[in-house]
Amino acid sequence: MAKILSPKFYDAMKKLEPRYPTKVALLLPALHQAQEETSWLPSEVLEEIGEYIGIHPAQVREVASFYTMYNLKPVGKYHLKICTNVACCLMGAEALVEHCEKKLDIKLGETTADKRFTLHEEECLGACGTAPAMMLNDDYHESLTPAGLDEIIRRLS
Amino acid sequence: MSETLYVQHLNEEARPLAYYLSKMDGYTALKKAFTMAPDDITAEVKKSNLRGRGGAGFPTGMKWGFIPKQSPKVKYLVCNADESEPGTFKDRDLMRYTPHLLIEGMVIGGFAIGSSIGYIYIRGEYTREAKLLQIAIDEAYEKGYLGKNILGSGFTFDLTVHRGAGAYICGEETGLLNSLEGKRGEPRVKPPFPAQSGAFGGPTIVNNVETLTNVPFIINKGGEWFAKLGKVEKSGGTRLISISGHVKKPGVYEIAAGAMTVRQLIYDVAGGILNDRKLKAVIPGGSSAPVLTADEIDVIYDIEPLAKVGTMMGSAALMVVSEDYCVVRLIERITKFYAHESCGQCTPCREGCKWMEDVLHRIEHGHGREEDLALLLDIADNINGKTLCALGDAAAGPVTSFVKKFKADFEAHIRGKRCPSA
Repeated sequence: MAKILSPKFYDAMKKLEPRYPTKVALLLPALHQAQEETSWLPSEVLEEIGEYIGIHPAQVREVASFYTMYNLKPVGKYHLKICTNVACCLMGAEALVEHCEKKLDIKLGETTADKRFTLHEEECLGACGTAPAMMLNDDYHESLTPAGLDEIIRRLS
Repeated sequence: MSETLYVQHLNEEARPLAYYLSKMDGYTALKKAFTMAPDDITAEVKKSNLRGRGGAGFPTGMKWGFIPKQSPKVKYLVCNADESEPGTFKDRDLMRYTPHLLIEGMVIGGFAIGSSIGYIYIRGEYTREAKLLQIAIDEAYEKGYLGKNILGSGFTFDLTVHRGAGAYICGEETGLLNSLEGKRGEPRVKPPFPAQSGAFGGPTIVNNVETLTNVPFIINKGGEWFAKLGKVEKSGGTRLISISGHVKKPGVYEIAAGAMTVRQLIYDVAGGILNDRKLKAVIPGGSSAPVLTADEIDVIYDIEPLAKVGTMMGSAALMVVSEDYCVVRLIERITKFYAHESCGQCTPCREGCKWMEDVLHRIEHGHGREEDLALLLDIADNINGKTLCALGDAAAGPVTSFVKKFKADFEAHIRGKRCPSA
């Protein structure tokens, strides 16, 4: 099977190996590293990770599907995750989600037709003092307002 | 103002090693620790009345004392940096602004319990904080504060940042350990407790970030000094409190343990209620904590006083709710969170949380029935104390308290067939 993951992935894993007493412990780091390269985790990638670690692909999927950060479906280039937990809701996150749905013309969980934006609601991001908060790919955006969100989207469009 | 250990350093300027060395007596506690016997370090931590800052409030020194002395197995020290309890954001500041304080605390902790391998299990969303920690760890290796023969002591300690991937349950220590081992983050049956059999089958101590960052202070200034910082019996040191919601000045604050009431924290520290609205409810210790009404806030903000009034300090996350947000909608949102985060192992939690969410949803949306309140209390009672880990209790306690304390709000929804504030 042709490899999908880059030498960079295998180098990173090699570096991590001595840090753990078992190879299976590399599974979460491997899934993170792979997703950084491929933006989501298709079956072929899960298989390649399983082969590297020496476990069945079903075990890889069993673990990957437990965690919300691993994308088992394709996501847009820009992945918006708006926190709607307690503090963010108190500070207007629900209106923010509605605003974003209208603006991008998609519902929560959907991706725009041009594959640029995916919108999700997120559980508590640990940014409650600067609520409402959102993750845009790996970055936090805090103390958000509808106008601020418009500006972020405008800059990405 | 009483003495604070942290807040004056929680800013960008404090991050570099040079600042830590010059302004925070950086790594001097480690030097001192290496002149002490490991058991004496644990004894000092016991004397300090340091209690776990992650939520359970268990005495840290006692926990360290559970590590079997004669075990031939490899021992582990794991820092719980999952910070997933809604409302909590103090550990994020500690990691991004004072990463070396955590590293030093961990090396001392490792030395005390006889562990040469440490992991920082950090929630996956804290990508930036994980990178900043890694930079500090690399710096510490380079300067000889980590790695082999630290400061010429002969002691070795290796530290690795391990990122979670979005699962509240991984804040539970055995769920965390499974996740560290590359498994689903499902909590384990206890006993055995981690101190006997934790990470990779070895004796393991899991401590919260803030707990570990307290350790250098305790070693430098002594357990007795630390214990005296606390204003209530059994609680030493200061507490970092995350205040959020409807207050004028949300943020991370530090007070001597037990030095203030909930009212003082809201009105004197956080500037009072946003837009000067009326206070409706207070969630004192993260969303797992049973709610307090506006009449119940003259209580000292610490572990025992809050337990006495039927709630908990938890991770010291104080969430303030004004009359501007519907309490039924709020508890529906909280319950939706627990239903989403239940790992699914225990039937009462898996089925019960979802069921409570459904009932709360229909009440909030005008389809509630008269018997729904009794039903909610019954479901909560059938979850509470009947699950492997504390997630079930965390979901049940808030529902019970909201239904009992805000009964009139629920009844208004049911009788009026709509949310009065919608």
